[in-house]
Amino acid sequence: MQSWPDPFVWRAFFAALGLAIVAAPLGCVVVWRRMSYVGETLSQAGLLGVALGLAASVDLTLAVILAAIVAAAVLTLLQRQSTVPLDSALGLMHHATLALGIAAISLVKGPGIDLMSYLFGDVFAVTRTDLVWIYTGGVAVLAAMVFLWKPLVRLSLHEDLATAEGINPRLPRALFDLLLAVVIAVAMKIVGVLLVMAFLVVPAVAARPLSTTPERMAVLAAAVAILGVILGLWLSLSTDVPGGPSIVIALCTIAAISLLAASRTAR
Amino acid sequence: MSALDPNLKPPSGHLVATDATPCSCGHRHDHAHAQPGAPPIPAGTLISARGVAMKRGDREVLSNVDLDVLPGEIVTLIGPNGAGKTTLVRLLLGIEAPSQGTIVKPASTRIGYVPQRFDVDSTIPMTVGSFLALGAAAKQREIKSALEETGASRTLDQQLSKLSGGETQRVLIARALLRRPNLLILDEPASGVDFSGEADLYDLIDRLRAKHRLGVLLISHDLHVVMARSDRVICLNGHVCCSGKPEDVSQHESYARIFGPLAATKLGVYRHHHDHRHDLTGEAKPLGGASLPDREA
Repeated sequence: MQSWPDPFVWRAFFAALGLAIVAAPLGCVVVWRRMSYVGETLSQAGLLGVALGLAASVDLTLAVILAAIVAAAVLTLLQRQSTVPLDSALGLMHHATLALGIAAISLVKGPGIDLMSYLFGDVFAVTRTDLVWIYTGGVAVLAAMVFLWKPLVRLSLHEDLATAEGINPRLPRALFDLLLAVVIAVAMKIVGVLLVMAFLVVPAVAARPLSTTPERMAVLAAAVAILGVILGLWLSLSTDVPGGPSIVIALCTIAAISLLAASRTAR
Repeated sequence: MSALDPNLKPPSGHLVATDATPCSCGHRHDHAHAQPGAPPIPAGTLISARGVAMKRGDREVLSNVDLDVLPGEIVTLIGPNGAGKTTLVRLLLGIEAPSQGTIVKPASTRIGYVPQRFDVDSTIPMTVGSFLALGAAAKQREIKSALEETGASRTLDQQLSKLSGGETQRVLIARALLRRPNLLILDEPASGVDFSGEADLYDLIDRLRAKHRLGVLLISHDLHVVMARSDRVICLNGHVCCSGKPEDVSQHESYARIFGPLAATKLGVYRHHHDHRHDLTGEAKPLGGASLPDREA
């Protein structure tokens, strides 16, 4: 640490920080509702969005968000049918979107388009525009989550009980899928398609043993995510490992320590 | 007192349609299936069902179910697994809409619901206190007194996922009470509770019924203590097989045919007569015989 880091390091730090905070409460709900597979599918639909965005020369962030929203809508429909088991349908869609996304990007690939940067993200390539997306979008997502929080917690606890008590189960679920699509689309840039769900799920998993209420779990997940971002970026800068995987390695280490400690005290 | 006329008739459009439909039970009944003759909705009802049917795919889970719960009475819904008990409760709670028939719920009815399974996912951290605060806008003092009332004060700061079966039921009942209900619907409250805990639990429900003048709808597939305290028992097996007041242990001859001879040896049941029994598939059979000689009869 000889002097102030370069601006690109600061941009990376603030981008990852903003996302960490926004993703934490969503990650908790994903863990409670056991929908990490859903998230994977949404993020891979984002890859397809990149390809379509490139082909149509639309703003890529916007294209990714749109693709993820379409995928979320398809998933919502899938949840309402009963001919194909949801898990099978997800398994199909999950792999189809990944393969189609990679194929489409290879086809439209022009100069300067790097498939790897979409698969694994490039946190140090974050621009000022990205930061604006992250922070304005982040505030909107957090505001929506405050509004949706109680219904989501109640539905996660016991859907029939919540419904009997007058909560419409469909609206919070559909809105949550939408928020998830947006967050994933933006986070994809930083940690990449393949690791974006780790960014959501791992902090929540790490926070669970330390939490006594859902709200505390969300706050602790954010704290874990921030710590993971700091450690991960430091790891990346000092070893030349890409930023996304570094952050995920840091997060998983924290989660492993937390779970190990919990299993010890439980004994 | 009710904001709604308690004598209101369900919309007739729903009821007439089933008239031409042949009985799906495929066996003789001592009760009528004819819809226009459906019993009138009693005054002061907390909840009523008339001619309710529910289809899942091609399978008719429920057909032509009538049911009333009045203030202060305990109605027990019994029936073997797969008899449609939980489906009926979901219809009464408005979680699903019946494919036929009507649910009548006056505006003054406030339901406290205690679900059957409440295996709290251990991924969700939740103390009993915050769980109770989540269901109703209740003050800390009210939460404590509700837990005291159900004998679960000790659990206030415990994790929901760490409670025993009996404690979970008491917490769920406390949560239902916080919504100030006049109708309590409990789906298999004794599942996951040991035998002595079960008696205590029914004592509690009985006390609450008296204290708050609650109407109670209990769902059960096991009949030990339930029967003794019920004002009315409805035996469900896709349709209402029979219903009546709980009665002497000595009167259970026909009842045993549904629930098995073992159940009948130790349980008090009510007096009513069956003209059919159900085999393992739920298929209706005449008493004693192997199959129905003439289904169309």
